[in-house]
Amino acid sequence: MEATQELLFKIADDALIMGHTDSTWTGLGPTLEEDIAFSSMSQDKIGHAWNLYQMLHDKFGLADADTLGFKREEKEYKCSHLTEVPTQDYAYALVRQFFFDHGQFMRFSALKNSSIEWLADFSRKVTSEIKYHTLHGDTWLKKLGAQGNEESKARMQSAINEVFPLALGYFEEGPREAELIEKNIFIGEKALQEAWLEKVGDLVAQYGLTLPEGNTVDPSLGGRNGYHTEHLQPLLAEMTEVTASDPEATW
Amino acid sequence: MYGGGYIPEEEKRKQQHMEEDPAKLAEFEARIDNGEKIEPHDWMPAEYRKQLIRMIEQHAHSEIIGSLPEGTWITRAPSFKRKMALIAKVQDEIGHGQLLYNAAETLGKSREQMMQDLLTGKSKYSNVFNYPAKTWADVAVIGFLIDAAAIVNQVANSKGSYGPYSRALERICYEESFHLKQGHDAFVALATGTESQRAMLQDAVNRWYRPIIHFFGPSDKDSVHTGKLMRWKVKMMTNDAMRNQFLSSYVPKVWELGLSFPDPKLHKDDNGEWHFSDPNWDEFYQVIKGNGPCNAERLAVRSWVETQHKWIREALFNPNAKYTLPLS
Repeated sequence: MEATQELLFKIADDALIMGHTDSTWTGLGPTLEEDIAFSSMSQDKIGHAWNLYQMLHDKFGLADADTLGFKREEKEYKCSHLTEVPTQDYAYALVRQFFFDHGQFMRFSALKNSSIEWLADFSRKVTSEIKYHTLHGDTWLKKLGAQGNEESKARMQSAINEVFPLALGYFEEGPREAELIEKNIFIGEKALQEAWLEKVGDLVAQYGLTLPEGNTVDPSLGGRNGYHTEHLQPLLAEMTEVTASDPEATW
Repeated sequence: MYGGGYIPEEEKRKQQHMEEDPAKLAEFEARIDNGEKIEPHDWMPAEYRKQLIRMIEQHAHSEIIGSLPEGTWITRAPSFKRKMALIAKVQDEIGHGQLLYNAAETLGKSREQMMQDLLTGKSKYSNVFNYPAKTWADVAVIGFLIDAAAIVNQVANSKGSYGPYSRALERICYEESFHLKQGHDAFVALATGTESQRAMLQDAVNRWYRPIIHFFGPSDKDSVHTGKLMRWKVKMMTNDAMRNQFLSSYVPKVWELGLSFPDPKLHKDDNGEWHFSDPNWDEFYQVIKGNGPCNAERLAVRSWVETQHKWIREALFNPNAKYTLPLS
């Protein structure tokens, strides 16, 4: 697989699986307003995935977007573990959204300078959307952190501690990382993680919460190379339940 | 989406004792005859207020409970197009709930109280959401036929006399027309698809037929109560008239696709009136009482939402804040 394809797959798979996981909150949010906001972000993410699979189809002649999104084997997905974990805890969902969307925002911001022009163009459009996702995460961390009560602070801190190793795994390098950097397609995961750590570290401190020390945490690695948590296989089975019932059909 | 303006008999008896100042009542009724909208701080009969709260609240609950059967299919929607449309649709339903709770709040009942009454079973929501969405075809049937029925109801009520409800419904109807399009599109895809897709769709149509006939409620054309609510433009059409309008528009569309309804008596007579077999109204009353296939499950989910997120609402809301009546 080409380096650019590898890059597009990991971004698309992250967006699809994160959007899928987040969409399980639709109808179950803590307030109606928040329910709407979270559904909207989930919809944006699935939309980003759809666009990226479409690019893989258009630019590289791969299968159509539905086939790439819904009909691959588990090991072919390159999403990070961060996106795969189901949760019934809204603190977890919010902290993950905060970590993930700051990562996405910075990733697409870096890709605005990509040597691949169509990817840079797409990234410009996407960052204008994801900016609002980061504002959402920031607002909630502030409200339930610095402006919250003792219980909400404790819950948010506990979620940060739990999600952080998964968030670090988001920056796992893929097999063709060096080529992407060399061709100025992408700045690379190391540079991205460094910038992200500085940004979310500052914000978390502002919100009266603490980021675990990076060197005390083992990142949850494997996703970018096709090794996933135990959650991905059942998630994919659910996602493809309808299409698998009649593979020849158009839905 | 929403259906039914059912009022329990017991409540009807209680309301007969409410007396109003005849001069104020006459002025109020003259405004309604003039086609004016009644606004939150205007004088209104107690029964008008009470029936509107009941109706708008029931409608709001129907939106948020109605998001549950379809919501469970978002993760399983079979393509990007269907998935995006379904999330957007369910998100809209929650948005409609929000608009409607706001409209009901203008009459003096808080959202928290309405949620509480939903969970204790004191307030109702449309019966149709107490039936399960068993397959993907159910999502298509809900999106096409249930939404179509809801639109008939809502378009009628959007011309009602209470300003905030009427304005909320205008916006809701605009969005619902998109829901209907996506529902119809998913319905046609199955109807014109493979043998197993058609079988799945026919099975769903068969299961939803009775809830759809129940949707507008039992016949109320001879009820004195309906007369008064229609006089005040709280209710704009009788249940029978709405049902007839729905059947006229949508039964032929389903038949054209080569599908059938499980009722040999379903037909339109020469006067344009539709006839159908006895839909077992006892089942309708049983579902209202909480004995439908999914009543317990729906309330359990809603109750989970309330308890699971209690800590968030506690952290967000200032306990010293006073409840104030929203303007509109």
